[in-house]
Amino acid sequence: MSYIGTLFIGIISAALVNNVVLSRFLGLCPFLGVSKKTSTAVGMGAAVIAVISLSSAITYFINRYVLRENLAYLRTIVFILIIAALVQTVEIILKKKMPSLYKALGVYLPLITTNCAVLGVAIDSAQKGYNFAETMVYSVGTALGFLIAIVIMAGIRERIEKNNIPESFKGMPIVLVTAGLMAIAFVGFSGTL
Amino acid sequence: MSKVFERLYNGIIKENPTFVLMLGMCPTLAVTTGAMNGLGMGLSTCAVLMMSNLMISLLRRFIPERVRMPAYIVVVASFVTVVELLMQAYVRSLYASLGLYIPLIVVNCIILGRAESYASKNPPLVSFFDGVGMGLGFTLALTVIGAVRELLGAGTVFGFRVMPQSFTPISIMVLAPGAFFVLACLTALQNKLGAPSATNKKGFTCDGRCSGCMDKSCSMREESDKE
Repeated sequence: MSYIGTLFIGIISAALVNNVVLSRFLGLCPFLGVSKKTSTAVGMGAAVIAVISLSSAITYFINRYVLRENLAYLRTIVFILIIAALVQTVEIILKKKMPSLYKALGVYLPLITTNCAVLGVAIDSAQKGYNFAETMVYSVGTALGFLIAIVIMAGIRERIEKNNIPESFKGMPIVLVTAGLMAIAFVGFSGTL
Repeated sequence: MSKVFERLYNGIIKENPTFVLMLGMCPTLAVTTGAMNGLGMGLSTCAVLMMSNLMISLLRRFIPERVRMPAYIVVVASFVTVVELLMQAYVRSLYASLGLYIPLIVVNCIILGRAESYASKNPPLVSFFDGVGMGLGFTLALTVIGAVRELLGAGTVFGFRVMPQSFTPISIMVLAPGAFFVLACLTALQNKLGAPSATNKKGFTCDGRCSGCMDKSCSMREESDKE
């Protein structure tokens, strides 16, 4: 198969088959916390795509040219600091240069530092020894998977609000049941690739 | 001395990080495919938590207010690296089955949450035991969830067969969806019994959201309060 084809399958695999939230359980906190409205879910998803792609690119080069093999044990410390600094920088730049975009994404940015999907993707691609193209495909695919999952979740939650559900399942329990059913649907993708 | 026991009780029962505060959901759901994995993950988190609490409490007068978050992150990440290397050397099979989730202890919100809300304000000894209590509470929760999933999904607990041979394992319980269902039933039960939990008490904590524990850095919380 051609190289482009392989990369395309990589995106599908990272976004759907191994969905970051529903089968790898990364980034659950924003997934459960910021999925009350579709509009905020889209904002959060977009911010995650931006931060994951940027941080994966930067951590790839740091890992390849600074840490290399002999400093690999410093990955965790270096990567989390890079991500924290990156999020702060992006926030400051957006605030100054693009106030409208900052208004749309700004509130989600501080939340993303503790989103384990960001660090997870960076560490995972470093451990698996991906090259630059593979790293980018993997990270964009993963972030896309997060966007898909959180937007679907927000859509379902908006409808659940109006439904009559048992008293003790109101709030978090019904959200978790919904996530479980979504996870079953995504399990269906496994084996397709 | 009573302060020490109070901290242990607080962490394990009263403010159990998983069952009551609903923090650290990612490892809770991801690694609890069996009781053994849950126990391993809980104990490694516990080790990191007590050491980072001790260290941050010792450094609390030296860390400037404005750079406290990066400083905490460096402390936590260093201890995570230590634990990771130790596990890689001595418990290889556990290290292999927990995989990516060991370095991800860094972003476990329980740890930064305790650093920010407790260790940075209290003396070293009680902070250390606060870490031990919270860590054991987390370990207990993960082991229980892991045991339930393993029992229903494979008929065993800690690898020992409990269910009779005729029991057909509900294998979805050890797959990803099972994690959500077990936690859903658990929180529903808490709601039913009126037990205190982040899910049924408004303002008790951060609504099950990690970011809430980083009070000042979190603008999202104010926004969601307005809604």
